[in-house]
Amino acid sequence: MSEWLENHLPKVVLAPSFIAVLIFVYGFIGWTAWVSLTRSKLLPKYEIKGFIQYERLFDSPRWDTAINNLYIFGALFIVIAMVLGLLLAILLDQKIRVEGAIRTIYLYPMALSMIVTGTAWKWILNPGLGIESMVQGWGFTNFEFDWLVNPDYAIYTIVIAAIWQSSGFVMALFLAGLRSVDGEIIKAAQVDGIPTWRIYTAIIIPSMAPIFLSAFIVLAHLAIKSFDLVIALTGGGPGYATDLPATYMYAMAFSRGDIGQAASSAMIMMLVVFAIVVPYLYSELRAKND
Amino acid sequence: MTDLSMPHTETRTQSATGKIALRWLLYVLLGLFALYYLMPLFVMLTTSLKSLEEIRTGSLISLPREVSFDAWKTAWSGACTGIQCEGLRPYFWNSVLIAVPAVAISTLLGALNGYVVAQWRFKGANIIFSLMLFGCFIPFQVVLLPMARLLGMMGIAGTIPGLIFVHVIYGLGFTTLFFRNYYVTIPAELTKAARVDGAGFLRIFWSIFLPLSLPIIVVTVIWQFTQIWNDFLFGVSFSQAGTQPVTVALNNIVNSTTGVKEYNVDMAAAIIAGLPTLLVYVVAGKYFIRGLTAGSVKG
Repeated sequence: MSEWLENHLPKVVLAPSFIAVLIFVYGFIGWTAWVSLTRSKLLPKYEIKGFIQYERLFDSPRWDTAINNLYIFGALFIVIAMVLGLLLAILLDQKIRVEGAIRTIYLYPMALSMIVTGTAWKWILNPGLGIESMVQGWGFTNFEFDWLVNPDYAIYTIVIAAIWQSSGFVMALFLAGLRSVDGEIIKAAQVDGIPTWRIYTAIIIPSMAPIFLSAFIVLAHLAIKSFDLVIALTGGGPGYATDLPATYMYAMAFSRGDIGQAASSAMIMMLVVFAIVVPYLYSELRAKND
Repeated sequence: MTDLSMPHTETRTQSATGKIALRWLLYVLLGLFALYYLMPLFVMLTTSLKSLEEIRTGSLISLPREVSFDAWKTAWSGACTGIQCEGLRPYFWNSVLIAVPAVAISTLLGALNGYVVAQWRFKGANIIFSLMLFGCFIPFQVVLLPMARLLGMMGIAGTIPGLIFVHVIYGLGFTTLFFRNYYVTIPAELTKAARVDGAGFLRIFWSIFLPLSLPIIVVTVIWQFTQIWNDFLFGVSFSQAGTQPVTVALNNIVNSTTGVKEYNVDMAAAIIAGLPTLLVYVVAGKYFIRGLTAGSVKG
């Protein structure tokens, strides 16, 4: 008995975690997928009725807004955070004397909760007392900056806060990438008299392609899951102008009592995440096994 | 000769001044960006130290004329989160009570799992690891509904043990990943040699691997602590009045509609809620960054 245990101990140790993941990840995804095909309202029903929840979802103007917002937010957030992160990494890569301190300053927002970030920016962007009134106080009395309460522009305030929170992280990724580029090649290029900007655009940045991919994956993942920041900054409002899929799902699940809609919107979120992450993880795992 | 070298030295000095100017520009740019990142923290801090009167009449970025810690006192023990007005204090301790056991359990399980997957490869171990890894990336919305029902059936809905359970389960993927990636770099010969000497599975883990693991334990603990402390989605979905974590309470304080809007209290509360993870970052930033980049940069 004890020998059997000793031989099988690795499996016995791994089993509880594996079973937990099977149930609480895959089983639960299955449950949500099932319920998304039923007429569940306040309580789940298990009789499959086809894709009616998805039809309702795609007919819903609120979901439409949420998806459009995800496009706007996702595209701006990913592109600006990557450009800013790369720029900061290149600036910091010039043998800066106080690099450690500057890096610490650029990256600290990442340690904060999105709720803290949202609370801070909600105050800064507050039209009555924040930036708007500050600039007006400088004498520009016509200055207007009411994006936070303007349904057409509120989504951009979420972009602003999200970039503040995450761009330092992208910088850290790119900086690690810049440092891992083969120094010999760069030296050789410098000896040949190739200007620095050409070294960056022709040698260093192309060799960092995997890091661009990583940064993209991480940021896209963050964008799709964005929930806390919206809740703290705009609460999804004005109206539902800044709803994202995550806040839509939450509203359906916990305040509207519409489990069918909550389940189907969660499934769409998961499909989007998987469409982005699965090919990446697959190639990563294959590369590691090779 | 002189005619030829003259313009040459001229361009040399020109490029030298150009270089100095460029260097200056570089530092100015870096400084401006530093200001951009620091500005919200500065505004939060100064606002929290001002009186409401001064906030209404003064400018966003001005220093407080009179420093007052009243807002901090209110935020800690008097601010209203809905009907209750006990400040952040009870919720801060809720977060501690949730984070400490959840971090400890998920780290320990992650270490054991990582050890198995990296050093005791059996048939199917890789598939198990891949399946666990995918679990890290699901949007948690997809498990919220069944988890809410399960916690209800288990009788721990809206309780702190319930939240600990949820955080342990959904932290396992990452903690396993961290330890697995660390332990694969330890040569398998070490385990083999120890087995020849008669050491068993647990003994090898306890006497050989665990003593080597301090750096990765620090990375994992910091990662898990930051994730769990900063969590909002699980906290807001699976708690009830009295068991909410600090992030949920902060959001309730800020959005509470009773009485006058006290911006200084909001800011003090935000700093209090952010302080633990900020401290961890300042003290152990190196490990924090390693955790952040662990999953995304290879090698």
